[in-house]
Amino acid sequence: MTATLLLATIVKILIMVMFVLNLAAILTWADRRQSSMIQDRVGPNRAVIKIFGKELRLAGLLHPLADGLKFFTKEDFMPPNADRLLFTLAPIMAMGMVFTLVATIPFGDTICLHQFRLFPDFWHVHTGPHGELLDGVERWGTCAADSRNGYAPLELVVAPLGVGILYVFAMSGQGIIGAAIAGWSSDNKFSLMGALRAASQMVSYEVTLGMSLVGAMMIYGTVRLDDMVRWQQEHAWGIFVQPLAFFLFFAAAVAENKRIPFDLPEAESELVSGYFTEYAGMKFGMFYFAEYAEVVTGSMLLVTIFLGGWALPFFHRDGLLVQFGDTTLLRVAIPHVFVTLLGVLAFFGKVIVVCWIQVFVRWSLPRFRYDQLMKLGWRLLLPASLANILVTGVVWLAVDKAGSAASDGLRIAADVTQAVVAMAMTYLIGRGVVGMFGTVTHERNIIGTSAGIAARRGGTKTEPMQA
Amino acid sequence: MIATYAPLFMLLFFAAFLASVFYVAATFLGGQKKPNPGKQAPFECGSESSGGRHLKLSVKFYLTAILFVVFDIEAVFVYPWAIHFRALGWLGLAEMLGFLAVLVVALVYVWRKGALEWET
Repeated sequence: MTATLLLATIVKILIMVMFVLNLAAILTWADRRQSSMIQDRVGPNRAVIKIFGKELRLAGLLHPLADGLKFFTKEDFMPPNADRLLFTLAPIMAMGMVFTLVATIPFGDTICLHQFRLFPDFWHVHTGPHGELLDGVERWGTCAADSRNGYAPLELVVAPLGVGILYVFAMSGQGIIGAAIAGWSSDNKFSLMGALRAASQMVSYEVTLGMSLVGAMMIYGTVRLDDMVRWQQEHAWGIFVQPLAFFLFFAAAVAENKRIPFDLPEAESELVSGYFTEYAGMKFGMFYFAEYAEVVTGSMLLVTIFLGGWALPFFHRDGLLVQFGDTTLLRVAIPHVFVTLLGVLAFFGKVIVVCWIQVFVRWSLPRFRYDQLMKLGWRLLLPASLANILVTGVVWLAVDKAGSAASDGLRIAADVTQAVVAMAMTYLIGRGVVGMFGTVTHERNIIGTSAGIAARRGGTKTEPMQA
Repeated sequence: MIATYAPLFMLLFFAAFLASVFYVAATFLGGQKKPNPGKQAPFECGSESSGGRHLKLSVKFYLTAILFVVFDIEAVFVYPWAIHFRALGWLGLAEMLGFLAVLVVALVYVWRKGALEWET
């Protein structure tokens, strides 16, 4: 292992872990702010810094900071009858496990670098007769390690394991142990019940989680997450070829993270706070934090398998190429390194959007009952994922054997899905920019009966909100 | 080999280190310990605790665990087939459907036996 590789590994680990850490911290703020917006009330506005008599609230962004300080300075409490070793181990396991998950998740395409040059010639693009780059960068695939052009591949994934997704499954299974031993060791009935619910729920949904991905593996033909993304870049995004699996996986991932509507293990109205009731200070904070970090890693997985990972529609390793079937509409050669960096930004952007969707889901849905939760997992999601395998197998083999007409049609359909994605992304980004600079309007939609009666009596008091 | 697995172990080590740092910092930075009987008792919504973690548990939880083992092991058998599914063709698909049929029969049996009922 050379020094370059070591340095690259450290940088990659820091990028991934810091992204998960920081996004998890920001999510605690986004969660509160989103909830206050959905519930039509004042959100996080208490944390204030006074500078020269001016109050700085920063839209509640100081709350995560205040949380962190408070967590660290709280009394460190351990119940007298607790199992000391397991009680100590549980938060470390819960939190440590989340960061190990990111090892095989790729956050960008492989970069091909000049091995012996400090400042590679990024700007200059040599194109051949067919518009391909002449620097040994192929449109598909990666550069070989001993490429004749002297390129060294730099894979933008912490550990390029051959087992890919199986490693992620193995590691996410460890989360169950953290929750189970936390509940068992704290010598509290509610904690134990929460731990049992957590373990039972997580193992139930893990079956669906694994089974729903079989269809995706059949189509991609690999368990390596970076090859899955390459397939999606070349053809269509996973959400178009496996729509049912996408929803099954999303539901199972939310259930694995123990978030509303599946937050039975920590149901406040039933079990105080579930398996971490007896934890105080930062030890509670570690469980709290691990939950949000799991949201981030779950979103990363979802983005990688179903939403194209780092892939952007029509962007290839050698530039922009808009193509429908064999008709080429536009071709722009862009240096390979810039496309890759754009892909990295795209990956992190998609992860943030999926995280936001999960926050939205959390504040829109009520909690299940426990029997409903188990019924949903075993009687609906599991048979649906088995049916998905059957349908995928029959359809895919039929298309495979149908000949060139079908595959040509599919290719054009795939390009159309890419165009749809491109248009949707452009619209959303444009809408976001407009929303960022536009004025805020406060609409009041009356849905419930009591709100309707109140409105007829002259309405409720509405005042402009702070923060 | 080393280039593949060394980064993995570096990440594992870093994750364990980070979690331990949080834990140790919480232990040392935490406020003064002021125990009192109320605080020491297990918190069970304020009602008097009848003592610790000793309670009888529903057998459903064990059943769920066993079912998980059965179905997750099946999933492990399906993965290698899924990767080579296109090469194996219709015969491979038929064989896998036979395998999944056994799985579905097991699921139906468990269902009819009432192991998936949580209402009672």
